[in-house]
Amino acid sequence: MTKKAVLQLDALTCPSCMQKIENAVKNHAGVEKVKVLFNAGKVKADFNDEQTSAEDLAAVVTKLGYTVEKIKVKA
Amino acid sequence: MKFQNWIQNHINQITLLTAVLIVLGYAGKFAGSSLTYNIVLAVASIIAAVPIMLHAYQALRVKVISIELLVSIAVIGAFIIGEYNESAIVTFLFLFGSYLEARTLSKTRESIKSLTEMAPTTATLVHDDGTTEEVDVDDVEEDDIVLVKTGASIPVDGVIVDGHGYTDESAVTGESREITKQVDDDVFSGTMLSDGYLKVRATKVGDDTTFAKIIELVEDAQDTKSHAEKFIDRFAQYYTPAVLVIALLVFIFSRDFKLAITVLVLGCPGALVIGAPVSNVAGIGNGAKRGILIKGGDAMDTFAKVDTFVFDKTGTLTKGNTSVAKVNNYDLPLEQAFALTAKIESLSDHPLGRAVVNYAEQKDYNYQALNIADNQTIKGQGLSATIDGHAVLAGNHKLLAANNVHLSASQQEDLAELKTTGSSIVLVAVDGKLELMLGIADIIRPEVAAELQHLREKGAKHLVMLTGDNQATADYVAQQVGIDEVHAELMPEQKVEFVKQFQQAGRTVAFVGDGINDSPSLATANIGIAMGSGTDVAIETSDVVLMQSSFHALVHAYGLAKKTVLNTKENIVIAIGVVAFLLLGLIAGFIFMASGMFVHEISILVVIFNAMRLINYGHEKAAPTAKLATAK
Repeated sequence: MTKKAVLQLDALTCPSCMQKIENAVKNHAGVEKVKVLFNAGKVKADFNDEQTSAEDLAAVVTKLGYTVEKIKVKA
Repeated sequence: MKFQNWIQNHINQITLLTAVLIVLGYAGKFAGSSLTYNIVLAVASIIAAVPIMLHAYQALRVKVISIELLVSIAVIGAFIIGEYNESAIVTFLFLFGSYLEARTLSKTRESIKSLTEMAPTTATLVHDDGTTEEVDVDDVEEDDIVLVKTGASIPVDGVIVDGHGYTDESAVTGESREITKQVDDDVFSGTMLSDGYLKVRATKVGDDTTFAKIIELVEDAQDTKSHAEKFIDRFAQYYTPAVLVIALLVFIFSRDFKLAITVLVLGCPGALVIGAPVSNVAGIGNGAKRGILIKGGDAMDTFAKVDTFVFDKTGTLTKGNTSVAKVNNYDLPLEQAFALTAKIESLSDHPLGRAVVNYAEQKDYNYQALNIADNQTIKGQGLSATIDGHAVLAGNHKLLAANNVHLSASQQEDLAELKTTGSSIVLVAVDGKLELMLGIADIIRPEVAAELQHLREKGAKHLVMLTGDNQATADYVAQQVGIDEVHAELMPEQKVEFVKQFQQAGRTVAFVGDGINDSPSLATANIGIAMGSGTDVAIETSDVVLMQSSFHALVHAYGLAKKTVLNTKENIVIAIGVVAFLLLGLIAGFIFMASGMFVHEISILVVIFNAMRLINYGHEKAAPTAKLATAK
């Protein structure tokens, strides 16, 4: 089933960070749609919960060197 | 992984250390030791380059050619040719610049952040057995009862089931004012209970609350890009790799390694990429703080171009409740005549009757003690009764005609004049003579005429009213507030037609409505403005939402849009100017790596500071209205 994850990051300062995060999350298996909100410092992603989880996505972002402050999942 | 996080967390210390080393290195140079100078600066370069290269590598892994990559290559290049001072200063400026950008950017985001921070995080849940429990706000469900104490923020949208108090709804409406709340009143998430004690039954929780929707809207808005920004984004995407290619070509053709790596540094898009979004964020934040939600850069752009404002309904321009607007009294003293009228009307629950009674209450006319007898309602005409021995009739001209009450010539004139205002008219006869003539109408908001004038001063050319009301009322209201064009007695679909006609005539149209029944027009207009309504439909269909039904907010929003768009343009000009300057400098030979990076970082700060001016836009003007609101 498709679920919606919202990751709150600490402040993003360079627009190229945004592209980086977007590409990394998009290429993760099970992710259907990604939107990175530069100013709000949020990543919104639709994902298939059989293939991946919000925690996995948070790990992807953390690996890029950004701190994930809060994870929220909506059905 | 751990190493990377450590670097990330100590980036400020690394920047500082680099700065200290650079100073030491130069100190060594002046002391005559060029060996110390070179070694210390080389060490500084390596330390500062680590975080930059890590970022470059991470980006490359997800196939993004980042600015960090350009800088990394340039630094390595400088290192190879032994320009340690250049590499040290470039890396330091890059890190320090990022730090300053982060600090100043957070200023432009502050207004929105302060809004989101008002969002409650915990709630006190009341269980059926009366015990309470502190829970996360996401765990509250509809129909749960929550307890709110003085000083706390209300965690849900709901209805008060017990207690009373004063709330400050400024987070939702942008209007700071104490509002009394009692049982059965609605309360909104994010509002502060400044005094009192409430038990609230939740009707909307979590992301469904009005406040959560506002936050989401504003967050999305500040990241919804205008056409110009989208263009710059696409441009930047190809621009960075292109710079890499250009640097390579420069090297191949000129065989000048130093020139090639300088091109890499100068090629950082910098101010161009940050300039437009930062203006929009500051502008949208300014609005959000005042209960004005502008949905993104596109809405901002179009709003700034609007030349025609179309107002829906007379209700947008009036107070929206009928009241006594005109009183003509004749032989009897005013107070006596009005008291008799109020007494007879107090028996009716006709809207006109209620307006009369309200007016009497306001003026403190003593009508309640009067004795009334023989009261009758005559359908389609009005009321009759005997009050303190006087025969009183209150109603329309048919009632008077039926009772043989005749109007004098001057009274006829008064009546004709009153008719032109489009008001409903109540005629009152006492003992067979007309004594009172009342015009009852929707009262025009006192501030409207002046605010519409401000709208014109800011660039509005046509002010139009499209209304379902009758022609007389519409004409009267339009003339009072200074509207150019009026079309009355319209159906909603006819309003849409008018909006389309204006657009075909080449005008950019903003449609101002209350969000009820006018969604088609809101959607058709170039900019739909929902005024004074937090309904879901209004929030979704419109481009601009004014949380308070205030014309001052409308004028502010319009001015803000114009200022923001101007600010964006200024930033783009600054950014392009800087690029041109750097190119010129490169050709003329006075710009090299370190100085190029310096100019770059300065230009980024300049555009951010320029955008920050928007945060305080309209600050001086906001003060008097705030006072007015508390005075009421």
